[in-house]
Amino acid sequence: MNEKATIVVHSGDMDKLYSALIIANGALSMGMEASLYFTFWGLERLVKGKLEKGALSAMNMLGLGKWMVKRRMKATNVASLEKLLMDLKELGGKIIACEMTMEIMGIKREDLREDLIDEYGAVGAYIQEAKGSSITLFI
Amino acid sequence: MAEIKVDVCWETCPVPLVETRKALRKAEAGDIVEVKGTHPASKKEIPMAVKALGLELVEVEEKDGVWMLRIRK
Repeated sequence: MNEKATIVVHSGDMDKLYSALIIANGALSMGMEASLYFTFWGLERLVKGKLEKGALSAMNMLGLGKWMVKRRMKATNVASLEKLLMDLKELGGKIIACEMTMEIMGIKREDLREDLIDEYGAVGAYIQEAKGSSITLFI
Repeated sequence: MAEIKVDVCWETCPVPLVETRKALRKAEAGDIVEVKGTHPASKKEIPMAVKALGLELVEVEEKDGVWMLRIRK
């Protein structure tokens, strides 16, 4: 079996979502498997139309900071979150949606980007993935 | 045996690495994947990925800030 990276995507902040997706894509590109467990504010980003809606984790300044960072990202040709998600899926990355978050936040399956989600699960699903992983992160 | 060209000039992390991996996945054994790019860190990390994947780095070239890596699957 290949080595694996398992990441809990807890934050819905734009910059943290970038970190999670870049690390997962990096792992897949280096021949590892990658599983992303989306929970709480992270899962909210998988609600249709909300992928790019996250704030910056620091210096957001009511959106002004985010606007400036996005402008710099465009100037330096950084990939969009959508492209990173598409790449993740193409390279075989697995996405697990947290069912408890769905219950708390009243999110139904049809509210989510179901095309991206491989599995709906709870903590057991995460442990199952993490115990066989050489890299585990909570972002 | 085919030669597959990947142009990732002016793309930044992680795109050169990811596009290389995507091309390598589609390639057949024996095919050559030629990656051309400008992002300096990618020139170092793509060979790391090639090694991790157990493939062969055939050639590395750099001229005027544009590097070219040839990988055999």
